[in-house]
Amino acid sequence: MIELINVSKSFEDHMVLDNMNLTIRDGETIVIIGRSGIGKSVTLKHIIGLMKPDSGQVIVDGLDITRLDAKGLNELRLKFGMLFQGAALFDSLNVRDNVAFNLIEHTKMDDKAIDKRVAECLELVGLRGIEYLSPAELSGGMRKRVGLARAICMNPKIILYDEPTTGVDPIMADAVNDLIKDLQSKLKTTAVAVTHDMTSAYKIADRIAMLYKGKIVEIGTPDEIKNTKNPVVKQFITGAATGPITEDS
Amino acid sequence: MNGWITTLGERFLNFIRYAGGVSVLFVRTIFWVFVPPLKRRQILDQMVKIGVDSLPIVFLTSLFTGMVLALQSAYQMQKMEAKLYIASLVALSITRELGPVLTALVVAGRIGASIAAELGTMKVTEQIDALETLATNPIKYLVVPRFIALFFMLPLLTIYADIVGIFGGYMIGVWRLNILSNLYWDMTWNPLHIKDIVTGIIKAFAFGVIICIVACYEGMRVEGGAEGVGAATTKAVVIAFILIIAADCLFTALFYFGFAF
Repeated sequence: MIELINVSKSFEDHMVLDNMNLTIRDGETIVIIGRSGIGKSVTLKHIIGLMKPDSGQVIVDGLDITRLDAKGLNELRLKFGMLFQGAALFDSLNVRDNVAFNLIEHTKMDDKAIDKRVAECLELVGLRGIEYLSPAELSGGMRKRVGLARAICMNPKIILYDEPTTGVDPIMADAVNDLIKDLQSKLKTTAVAVTHDMTSAYKIADRIAMLYKGKIVEIGTPDEIKNTKNPVVKQFITGAATGPITEDS
Repeated sequence: MNGWITTLGERFLNFIRYAGGVSVLFVRTIFWVFVPPLKRRQILDQMVKIGVDSLPIVFLTSLFTGMVLALQSAYQMQKMEAKLYIASLVALSITRELGPVLTALVVAGRIGASIAAELGTMKVTEQIDALETLATNPIKYLVVPRFIALFFMLPLLTIYADIVGIFGGYMIGVWRLNILSNLYWDMTWNPLHIKDIVTGIIKAFAFGVIICIVACYEGMRVEGGAEGVGAATTKAVVIAFILIIAADCLFTALFYFGFAF
């Protein structure tokens, strides 16, 4: 279970998270929605310990990660997989070494076993025979898939998706959504995704949480969110140009 | 007046912050150098990139420097009928100063810029964040191999530059100014002490550290996309240049004057 308790984070004078509270249950897929720059990625970075809150606690499997030292944090991070917005593949490594990064760095697996595991992970994301291509040779959709293969390579307990469908065409976006759903059903992991793509959110989420002004203003199943009475959530999910969000900004 | 003082204060604070940031990165890098395992393949790759790939440009720079030094000194020395001393002048200038300093400046321009741009691009494309999420320390993975490679390759490049620079002087002295070859070599080696070469190499170790730490620091704190990467690259080269010259001044004072100016 992941818990964010009264988490606050400011950048200079701008408060991004303001006493935010969120509980993510084991095995569920939660999607955090909200406008660009509202703090969705910041929330993900808090969950994996890339950022420390100014105040509050981030509890992952009973451990407050804000109190962990570097070693403890790295041990915990091995339970995570993260798909970055632009995939964040290492340009200097080929696909095989990108996917196998954690295996090479943190295990004593031999090359043969690594090759087998890489092929399995690539197969899971629908790719085959691209092990020795460099990231520069891949299309946007392929990069996302390779990023996903890297994220699942160590059989993580928790997968974080930062804007999984941003930057790919609608057909590829739907394929990525299918892939995320498929992986969730096969791997039974806890997943946290942040997006402003409502099609994606409805498709992959068990629950959707709306982040607004540094707080979770509504949380519920996709159906509950679709039928919300909250004007802020309503404006966001319908994409209306006028409403409380635009009036406030 | 108030505004002027505020600006001055801000700049001073920025300088302190910068010096602090660079020092912290240096200390952390030294710490991680001694934490096994070392990334041998990456260190070797960096050594090739920094050392072997820099050979042609260091060759040309040193050769022409040696030649120009001989030509310029010949202009004066010939008037005093002392052209034989051109060999000594070239040897001492190259080994003590021009070899280490020019090599460091060339490497700062070539490698410092490349490190800052590469790490900066990794920062803006979230590759450094990705490293951390993969439970890997970015300093250990990115800075340490470059640090070790620069620390050892810059002194080797300096020795190479010394040899080529002296040979450049020899080409002018013997082939253009008609100094006898054996006489030229005698006048090269006689005034040259082991201290002249060693101090040059010690400087090169320090310059290697400066280039690496400044470039990595600039690269790893890039913000703002491509524009930020460009700015960091420029800044890394300019700051490394200034620090190399300043450190050279300090070392020369220390080695040859014991700080007693």
